[in-house]
Amino acid sequence: MSLLVHTETATEPVPTVRFVKPNLRLIPRLDIKGPNLVKGIHLEGLRVIGKPERFAREYYEQGADELLYVDIVASLYGRNNLLPIIERTAREVFIPLTVGGGLRTIEDIRLVLRAGADKVAINTAALRRPEFIREASRKFGSSTIVVSIEVIRQAEGTYEAYTDNGREKAGVNAIQWAQRAAELGAGEILITLIDREGTGQGFDLEVTRRIAELVPIPVIACGGAGTAEHVVEAAVLGKVQAVALASILHYNFMCHHSGNDDVFAGEINTAFMRNRKVASHFQDATLPEIKATLAGKQIECRHTAMEVHD
Amino acid sequence: MTNGTDLVVVDYRLGNLFNVVRACESVGLPSRITSLPADVAGADAVILPGVGAFGDAMEFLRDSGMADALRSFAASGRPLLAICLGMQLLMTESYEFGRHQGLGVVGGSVIRLNSPAGLKVPQVGWNRIAKLATANGQANGQSNSQSWDGTLLQGLRDGEYMYFVHSYYVVPDDSGVVLTTTRYGETEFCSTLRAGNILGCQFHPERSGPQGLRIYQQLAEYLKTAGQ
Repeated sequence: MSLLVHTETATEPVPTVRFVKPNLRLIPRLDIKGPNLVKGIHLEGLRVIGKPERFAREYYEQGADELLYVDIVASLYGRNNLLPIIERTAREVFIPLTVGGGLRTIEDIRLVLRAGADKVAINTAALRRPEFIREASRKFGSSTIVVSIEVIRQAEGTYEAYTDNGREKAGVNAIQWAQRAAELGAGEILITLIDREGTGQGFDLEVTRRIAELVPIPVIACGGAGTAEHVVEAAVLGKVQAVALASILHYNFMCHHSGNDDVFAGEINTAFMRNRKVASHFQDATLPEIKATLAGKQIECRHTAMEVHD
Repeated sequence: MTNGTDLVVVDYRLGNLFNVVRACESVGLPSRITSLPADVAGADAVILPGVGAFGDAMEFLRDSGMADALRSFAASGRPLLAICLGMQLLMTESYEFGRHQGLGVVGGSVIRLNSPAGLKVPQVGWNRIAKLATANGQANGQSNSQSWDGTLLQGLRDGEYMYFVHSYYVVPDDSGVVLTTTRYGETEFCSTLRAGNILGCQFHPERSGPQGLRIYQQLAEYLKTAGQ
């Protein structure tokens, strides 16, 4: 089945001036715990897989459109490692970097921006006090403030917002919360699909589409991408402007660099990732491979000179 | 600064300037952040970056005396690179949340991107910059548009991707200053302008990967040559 029959261009007259839609952004997501890049399933069962800066540089060179760092345990423990990681990344990576995880105050945001982030993702602090979105977007500009919404689909088919990596129910409908966040001055919405995260089973296209069609600002889908085709679906059926990718990229990079100390120092567990890959839905891919799949479906995205094919 | 070029990055108390400074560093160009008009007056080159609201930014520039310093600097013939909101501030006036007077260094206005149904505004992401006359078709290198040679865009390919974050764009009175255009939705807008020593870009070269850094590289080489 071709996904392209679902696009607007199939049913609407071709405009005289070509209508340029936003290019789909591919955003590697790096979950950080202490000094390490980690990965889990449903944001639980975290395993150390390498040095975040090394993965960041690799993805930059592969043509990543932005990067997303999430301090995965910041709401539970302290954060002494995040700022130096941001600083080291900002010195060698010249694409937008969004940082999230446990940012509660204007001062938290200021420190992360000063270290080199371009945008911040806020979740718990915004749910506890929605006015925080307005204050932060006035202070730093709307384009700096990404509101992150952790979503779990309920048995009755509704979508609820969560905090603390999907551990606590916020008591708010996720779709209504997205609209409210946009009204308060959010520059983008990041939807993390907790029940899909780390599974490779694809995005929940219903909730992404409903939110993307509701809010006037860009929407990023995160959680579930296991194949390049899932990214195509997120753009065409999920209607999102960007997709955050983790396991699908990390697996690929690890399989090609296992045993390299520069990448994998310390107590890493590459066997865990390799074994899981075999037993799961993942077809790992590089960013250029995913972009080639998108191009084949007429979904526009940036191609760079660095990924010129041989 | 004891030797070398004095490049200053103007701080108007909004947004994030550190990545502009890091981009300069990465091409071997030392720079310093300042909000003092005297620093701008004595600089060899100035970067006017930008994130934030037009009205707030102009208020700070006027109240601090920086607006006058920037106008004098722009008239001096020394290089001025204005980025995103910085580019918009060069214009005569803006219609962002009411009507605001700009620096008036380049004649023209700042207006909001059209947002027909389904189009996200702000534009956030990568888009192409194209030579004016060929923006709608294939580059043939023989257009009557301004050449990029001798500008900070020298060496970039027509149609290069750059990173944009904006809801407004500039409409210069003199279309001769338009160096590149970009299409978003139904709008074709001026994404780079050049007026003598002034280069304004709506995108963020410091966030546009190696291609964006080439603009800083060109600035570094220009200043090196000028300093000899």
